[in-house]
Amino acid sequence: MIKLNLEILRRKSPEDTPHWESYEFSSQDENINLAAALTELNRTLAEPVRWECSCLQKKCGACAMIIENRPRLACDTPLKEFRDKIRIEPLRKFPVIADLIVDRSILFENLKTMQVWFAEEAKTNGSQTAYEASRCLQCGCCLEICPNFFAGGEFAGMAAMVPTTRLLTALPDQQKKELFRAYRKHIYEGCGKSLACREVCPAGIEIDQLLVRSNAVAVWKRKIKHDK
Amino acid sequence: MQKVIIIGAGLAGLSASVTLAEHGVPCALISLQNSERAQSVLAEGGINAALNTMGENDTVQNHYQDTVKGGVYLADPNAVQNLTYHAPEIVRWLEQLGVPFNMTESDIMLRNFGGQKKKRTAYARSSTGKIIMTALIDEVRKYEVSGLVQRFPHHRFIRLRIADQVCQGVSIQDDYTGEILDFSGTVLLCSGGMNGIFPGMTTGTTQNSGDVTATVFRQGVKLGNLEMLQYHPTTIGISGKRCLVTEAARGEGGRLYIMRNGQKWHFMEEKYPELKNLMPRDVVAREMYFVRRELGGEVFLDMTGLPEITWQKKLSDLRQEIMHYLSSDPRTNPIPVREGIHYFMGGIDTDEFHRTNLENLYAAGECTCQYHGANRLGGNSMLGALYGGRKAAESILQNPAEIRESKTNSEQEKFIPASPVLIQEISQILLSGLGIVRNQKTLETALEKLKQLSCQRTYHFYEQNRLLLAEAMLASALERRESRGAHYREDYPEKNEDFRKTTIAEYAEQIRISFREIPEKRADA
Repeated sequence: MIKLNLEILRRKSPEDTPHWESYEFSSQDENINLAAALTELNRTLAEPVRWECSCLQKKCGACAMIIENRPRLACDTPLKEFRDKIRIEPLRKFPVIADLIVDRSILFENLKTMQVWFAEEAKTNGSQTAYEASRCLQCGCCLEICPNFFAGGEFAGMAAMVPTTRLLTALPDQQKKELFRAYRKHIYEGCGKSLACREVCPAGIEIDQLLVRSNAVAVWKRKIKHDK
Repeated sequence: MQKVIIIGAGLAGLSASVTLAEHGVPCALISLQNSERAQSVLAEGGINAALNTMGENDTVQNHYQDTVKGGVYLADPNAVQNLTYHAPEIVRWLEQLGVPFNMTESDIMLRNFGGQKKKRTAYARSSTGKIIMTALIDEVRKYEVSGLVQRFPHHRFIRLRIADQVCQGVSIQDDYTGEILDFSGTVLLCSGGMNGIFPGMTTGTTQNSGDVTATVFRQGVKLGNLEMLQYHPTTIGISGKRCLVTEAARGEGGRLYIMRNGQKWHFMEEKYPELKNLMPRDVVAREMYFVRRELGGEVFLDMTGLPEITWQKKLSDLRQEIMHYLSSDPRTNPIPVREGIHYFMGGIDTDEFHRTNLENLYAAGECTCQYHGANRLGGNSMLGALYGGRKAAESILQNPAEIRESKTNSEQEKFIPASPVLIQEISQILLSGLGIVRNQKTLETALEKLKQLSCQRTYHFYEQNRLLLAEAMLASALERRESRGAHYREDYPEKNEDFRKTTIAEYAEQIRISFREIPEKRADA
């Protein structure tokens, strides 16, 4: 039997002053996670808590939020980890829309700024690095924990580094100059290597490994080795 | 050409938007959340194409035969011919977009999948959907920056705008601000399967709520084969949903068994010596249901015999997932599995050009009734979404329509989600009628309960739409008095040639179910 209080920082709109609400919650399901708990809680509320979710199995990144001061996915947060209460807030580095929903469009804008796409055909030939770099959820947890990232700054963070690394495994010559320049400006020069991102990535992406490889290619003009 | 309006930014929507952009045609790409949250990222096992890279003399014709046979001859043969013919070029295109498929020494590696005798499924370990989506999202980004693709994330479909029996456009709502926007133009629905009709009971996402299908049905769009729900044989229950265990587990050598008299009984291998554990999903799911009903206990998926290299190179992510959710290592322990709702073969009725019955409205991807007949083969869903999106876009390009800005039919009413209580009530009724095994009595009882529920309270527009869709599903299953593919009737256990037709559900004041002939295969297809 799970029994605790869900303490949620709520607001109706971006202009609204946030306030904490506490809800008693109990479940017979010992393995219930926070996403399922929020769904159940909302069945009982006249004004349901607004939050984003989709896959419920940590493959889409929709339900990222601050849970007990740590950015996590609600669907990857079992309630049995906690006693008495859980404090739940929206991610802090993005504009809040309502309750737990934040506008993460800066993630996608940064990828546009850096021109993260292949300008022409490019085969990655089963590259393990390209595979790992394709797994990013764009959830924003790495940016939330990062001491160097703030929305609107030059540093685009690891949520941009990881997808860029896919390109670096097979980058056409014509793109090299521009992408290397963008990489240096928006990633390399901003990263303080705290690597807190590695600890919170819900997909468990080997961010440090990818960073070493992408720096090698984009900054030091080397090739990625042992990539099969 | 006028901007095309695409509802849904999963594989089908992205594929369509790239095709349009390549022809210089702009589109509005509307989705409730970003593409990274689309259900397509959950696809695991792979994508089928007769690339014949494994020395097995595979051909497009084999792929065609397996697909129509797997769908028990309900799919449009001309559409399937096109799908399978273009499959190799779709996969090669993905390769050129930088998708890191698993490779042999020199080419794309293929794996075995259900209902197919040859290795035909290209894959990226067991996260193929996610890996393909990443490449496609990058490709679309190029056109976002050039201005050809205009994304509207956090916007939801409200309703079609229809005048003179022609689709004029859509009304959508900004989920952040509540603002309603009207768009005029050709509409392509890529809104996914109807998972939200069965909350917590499917392997899909919560985003695919079924509201789009329910609403357009109410507005007069015909739906096909609604009774054809795919139960995937191997799912596990996790908090809030069913979690898929990819068919690749069996493709790579996993075996199903149940305990009988203290011994492991590999029932699929005994009953189906040719394809064994890789029979089409409808067959496996039904057999699991029957052996469990006979013997009690659980069916287990045994992957303990898989070589270490397979775990490392092909199924590493599956192992992590199972360890995470079951706290059990599949390298050493068989895992208990059950059937779970996984795919909707039925949906918006389209012809092979992805046109609906409403002029200027097209549909592609899982929201449609296309390509898969009475049962979809594993590996054909991503193919159907990618090819379908492209084909729909090509049809739109060939039939450009200029819709003048029109104020007609614009109702500035906001979307109201159906109450969770009602959603649950509808789901329970549907499950009581639309299980793996069905009969007239349970279907009639379910229909009666649904009618009572409909009269119990007053419901708003979107709730009424769901009730109508649910009724159409049950009525479709009741009318199909035979067993075929995913639709198994205890009272009509045999296939009946008279029912080798598409079940059509339409709504005009009331629901009407009819059957339509399957098109003949053209010689030139």
